Formats: sequence, C-alpha cells, structure tokens
Amino acid sequence: MKKQNPLLEIKDLHVSVEDGIKILNGINLTIHPGEIHVIMGPNGSGKSTLANVLSGRPGYNIDSGEIIFKGQNIINQDPEIRARNGMFLAFQYPMELPGVRTWQFLKASVDAVRLHNKLPELKIKEFDKLLEEKKAIVEMDSELLKRSVNEGFSGGEKKRNEILQLCLLNPIFAMLDETDSGLDIDALQIVAKGVKDFHSNINSVMLVTHYQRILNHLSPNYIHVLIDGKIVKSGDKSLSLELESKGYEWIRETISKKS
Amino acid sequence: MANQKIISRKTKLENDQYKWGFELDIDSETAPKGINPDIIKFISKKKNEPEWMYEWRMKAYDHWIKKEDNEPSWANIKYPKINYQDIIYYAAPKSSDSAPKSLDEVDPELITAFNKLGIPLEEQKKLTGVAIDAVLDSVSVATTYKDMLKKAGVIFCSMSEAIQEHPDLIKKYLGSVVPYSDNFFATLNSAAFTDGSFVYVPPNVRCPIELMTYFRINQEGSGQFERTLIIADEGSYVSYLEGCTAPMRKTNQLHAAVVELVALKNAEIKYSTLQNWYPGNKDGEGGVYNFVTKRGICKGNNSKISWTQVETGSAITWKYPSVILQGDNSVGEFYSVALVNNFQQADTGTKMIHIGKNTKSTIIAKGISAGKAQNTYRGQVKVLPTAKNAKNFTQCDSLLIGDQCGAHTIPYIEVNNPTAQMGHEATTSKVNDDQLFYLQQRGISLEEANYMIINGFCRGIFKELPFEFAMEASQLLKVSLEGTVG
Repeated sequence: MKKQNPLLEIKDLHVSVEDGIKILNGINLTIHPGEIHVIMGPNGSGKSTLANVLSGRPGYNIDSGEIIFKGQNIINQDPEIRARNGMFLAFQYPMELPGVRTWQFLKASVDAVRLHNKLPELKIKEFDKLLEEKKAIVEMDSELLKRSVNEGFSGGEKKRNEILQLCLLNPIFAMLDETDSGLDIDALQIVAKGVKDFHSNINSVMLVTHYQRILNHLSPNYIHVLIDGKIVKSGDKSLSLELESKGYEWIRETISKKS
Repeated sequence: MANQKIISRKTKLENDQYKWGFELDIDSETAPKGINPDIIKFISKKKNEPEWMYEWRMKAYDHWIKKEDNEPSWANIKYPKINYQDIIYYAAPKSSDSAPKSLDEVDPELITAFNKLGIPLEEQKKLTGVAIDAVLDSVSVATTYKDMLKKAGVIFCSMSEAIQEHPDLIKKYLGSVVPYSDNFFATLNSAAFTDGSFVYVPPNVRCPIELMTYFRINQEGSGQFERTLIIADEGSYVSYLEGCTAPMRKTNQLHAAVVELVALKNAEIKYSTLQNWYPGNKDGEGGVYNFVTKRGICKGNNSKISWTQVETGSAITWKYPSVILQGDNSVGEFYSVALVNNFQQADTGTKMIHIGKNTKSTIIAKGISAGKAQNTYRGQVKVLPTAKNAKNFTQCDSLLIGDQCGAHTIPYIEVNNPTAQMGHEATTSKVNDDQLFYLQQRGISLEEANYMIINGFCRGIFKELPFEFAMEASQLLKVSLEGTVG
C-alpha cells in the first residue's frame, strides 16, 4: 500500500472517567485512507470508550495524548464539528428520539454536514432521491422513515438505521461500535453489505466487534487486540481466526510470557 | 397622546354611581388611568353601546368593586399586588376612528408590525384563506374575508359590531358560559372589555375557512380586556385561531380576556391559541400578566369542543380553558404546550365537567421548563351523578431543561358516578445527554439538537394545530428556547 498521510493518528492516549478510573492506558494507532481496522477484545477492555472518545462524547477525561484527524489535533473539538468533518460513529445502542421523525432527522443531519462543507441544503426531491437509493442498500422499510427515530424499532432495524445514516452521510472515517452484535445472519449480511458499499480507497473504517463472523464479509487490513485499555497485539485477518479458536486467555498468556 | 383632552371629575361613587355627568372627552383616544363608573360609561359611550349593554357592564362593575379583594391567590404564581387604578382601560390605536373597511385602509405601520411577527396579513389572506380579525390594543382593526363568510351565513366580526348588529345573539349568549360573577378577572373583563371577536355559525354550516384573530397590546400602561364569543349552531363546524403578542415593555401589562364557546347539538368548535405575549426580560422585569378565563359548553348532544394552546409568552400565565359537557355523547379536548423560560411562571390546565351521559374528555398537557421558570399543570375532571359512562383520559408530561426550574402537576379528580372511567398518566423527564450526543454525532449543533428533542416532545400537540400555525408554533419554541443550552 502506498504511504499517504494518515487519516487518523492516535498518540499515547490516556483516558479516565469520574473517580479517576483509567479506561485507556496509552493507545497508539494510525489509520490510513482506505484501511479497515478491527478492534477486538474482552468486555470492559475499553473498545467502546475508544470509539466514543474519538467522536467527542462528553463524560471522559483525556489525561494525555493526541488525536490527530485529517492533520489536526481534535481533542477540544465539539462532536458536531468532528461529525461534519467526516467522522461517523454507528452506535452500539442507538438512541430513541420520541416525536422526532426519522426522515426529518436524516435530512437535518445530511444538511448540517453539507452546509459545513459549503454545499447548499438538499431540496426535498433531491434528498428523497438520495434516500431512496441508500435505503435500498440496507433494505430499510419506508414506513420506518415516517416514525420517530428508533422508537419501537427492533434491534435489527436500529442497526440498519445506523448503516443507512452511514451511507447517507458518506463520511471519511466510520467507526462501527459492535454494530454486528445481536443480529441474525440476514441482518448481518445487510449491515456488511452497507459497510462494503460505503467503503472505498479514500475512506476508512474502524470496526469494534466481538465476533469474527462479520469479517467474513469484509477485508480488514489490521486486527488489534485491546486488553485493559492498551493495544496488546496487532496482526492481519488471521489473528481474528486465531482469537476465535483460542480466546483472549491465549493472548494474555503470550503477553505475560514475554514480560 | 397629543390630542387627548380629559376633564376629570371627582365622583362620589356611593351617590353618583348611576347618574352620569359624562365629562370625559368622547373624542379622546385614551381613557385616563383607573376604573370607576365614569370609565365604564366612557367605554360604553365610546362604543355607542345600547343601554342594556351598559347596564350589564355596570352590574359586573358593582360586583367587582364589592369583591375587589377577591383576587385569586390559590395559583402557584407570585407577583406584586396589581394596582387596578393604575391601568388604562381604553386605548384606541390612532387609525381606528373611522374603522377600516378593508386591509387597504389599515395603517401601513400595523401591517408592518404584523409582518414582523411573521404573520404577513396580506399573504395569509391570499395564500391560506384565513379570515383575520386583528385586535390592536382594544379595537378591532381589520376583518377580512367578510364577503365569503357572508355567503355562507357565518358572522365574524368585532364584539363592538356584534353588540350593534346582533343584539339578540349577544343578549342570549354573552355571559352564558362565563357569568359576570364567575371570578375576579372575568368580572373585571365583563365591566371593562373593550373589544374582541364574535362568531356565529348557522345550523349545518361548515365554516369555509379558518377564522383568525390577532391580539396585540401596544400602548404602554394599558391593559387589554378583550371578549370573545363563538356560537356554533346545530350541526355546524368552525375552527378558530388566536394569536397574541405584545412589544417589550419594562412595566408589567395586564391582559384579562374572557372567551366563551357555545356548541349546540352536533356542532363542533376547534379553538387554537398561540400565545406569545412579551414574557419579560432575562432578569424577570416586565412582561404580560395573562389572566384569562376560557370556557366552552357542549350544550347539545353529540357536540364537541377542542382547545389547543401553545403558550410560550407572558410573565405569568393563569388560564384554564375548560369544557362543560352538558349534552349526551359530547366530547371535550384539551391539548396544551406550555413553555416557560427565565423567570416566567405558568399555572395552566383545564377543567372538564361531565354532566351528560357518555361524555368523553381528553387532556394532553406538555410542560417545558427552562431557566428559573416554574410551570404548573392544574386540571380538574369532575363527573356529576348524571354523567353515566363518562370517560376521561389525562396525560401530563413535563420536561426540564437545566437544574433551576420547576414542574408541578396538580390534578383534581372528582367522580360522582360509579360507571365513570378515568385514566391519568404523568411523566417528568430531562433532555437526555445521550440523545443530544446522538444528534451532535450526526453533525447537528447542540442548540438545534435540544430544539429537535423538545419539538419532538410537543409533536402530539402540534399535529392538532392547522398547518401554518404548527410551523409558527415550532418557530416560537425555537425563539423561546434561545440561550437555554450551552
């Protein structure tokens, strides 16, 4: 792969929450355009925290380190600015927004990003056309667009809605936080199809997952194993297969042997 | 005002109450401050009212003066004592001396004022087919679409005109729902009301357009006491919209209106309000005291009255649009959004009085509190022994923004018939940080995110409003919420 400027560089990132509990203990990670990185690791290892901190979610203290996104340290940037600059997070638990119509929410989101990039808001017809095209990818029921955002949606419908947003916003960097959890095989295929459709040699993906199965549909460049807030091992796709068969204990053992 | 000439006279009230050396200059456009029999006479004279109307006013005045210390104190609102002798009870806008017959004759400045409110009168007239009766200070300045309504047989005019032209209807219905002795503010209104709107829809007529009134208080130091009466005769339907606004003033202004609705057999009245009186500044100075009595009666069987209100203005709101469900199978509805910010106080809700059989009422009240504001829902559902199979459903939702505001829910339920079915649901919530973050992560600013969530909270109410009004209501919320986040 040609070495371009990295899209995202995380340098020695230390993060804690209230009461000084440390969650991330010096993360170093570089993601180039077009790459797919997979973050795996046991429960509570800090995978979701990493995705949340990158997207600017309040409630975390960044003790030290840098997050360089598109050449700029974004540690103090508001979440909406990061989003408008092309950072996207597919939520593990997408929020319900009672009374906010899905269509209206999607349009507001697309327009906010467009305006930031000095593009005009989409006319209703233009937006509907775009929506029609993208919702076909994730096989989203049109009825859902008339309902309140995620309210009364099944688990699968919520995740599809996340991928629909991914396809609509077409960000430069997408984080998927356990989007594959709790999905049946059909839904998983649809989600994978959406991610594949979105992914190109310009934009990158960081996939947080517990399971190897979604990787059958995608071609990740790197697998990273996160344990106790640190990336303890990185490798290619074969690492995920090895993890699947041997479990995280195997990693823990190899680390302790080394040290 | 420049051409104001007032010769004041010290009246010995006890002796001279009904003897009128009328010495206020009838040509003056503004009454002197205060309320006394002279002022009542002045208002009545100014409006060329028949004797019976004047007597009705005086009956109310006598009642009010006897009970002057009966100002209600039970509501969850605090304000300094109002000096009722320091208020101007009649102020006509400059251009009202010869009442305009069409919009063209209305002072262009008034049109500009409406345009500033986002209510282009001209455009509304053309595009939406809304008939507008604009009450500025105290006098009705323009009623449009009269001809179309005339063809349908619908009467839509100012109260002053109705007193002249339709005395039989006024005599029969004025005070029939809210009697002059009803409460302190309604009594004051009965004595001193200056104008308002009148609607009569004849039997089996569906009013072809939405009727609309805009109220505005202009004059500093003046109160506004308008009176509205809507009668839907058998089998008829009417939808009526009311918008209110007042410019910014350092002093408090009193608004004490009375609205009466009468729905006869099989008739339906839909009454929507967008209340945006000046709420006072960030420190709680100024603003309108909105002490309003609104009540409807479902007089005939199968009749229906529906109140929808979006209340974002006023320093203090005290108002309980109610329905008396007298006819069998009659239906009463109350949909409300009350938003308070800074130092605003609202004590608002409804009363549903079930008298007839199979009567049904629905109450959906959404309260939003921000800043240091206090919001109280107060509702009464009363089922009389005659009201067999009465049904009520009440839902009160409160949303809090920040940690210095308050939300209170005070429902009174009184059931005197064992066949009644009552349902009451209440929730209190805060705007959830996770919801805000979700929206922000999609590129939406924090302020916009807040607005979207609050707008969503109110959606059930907004959908009860006619389309243009719903858009305006949504816009109002946005303006009222400015500066509540961040």
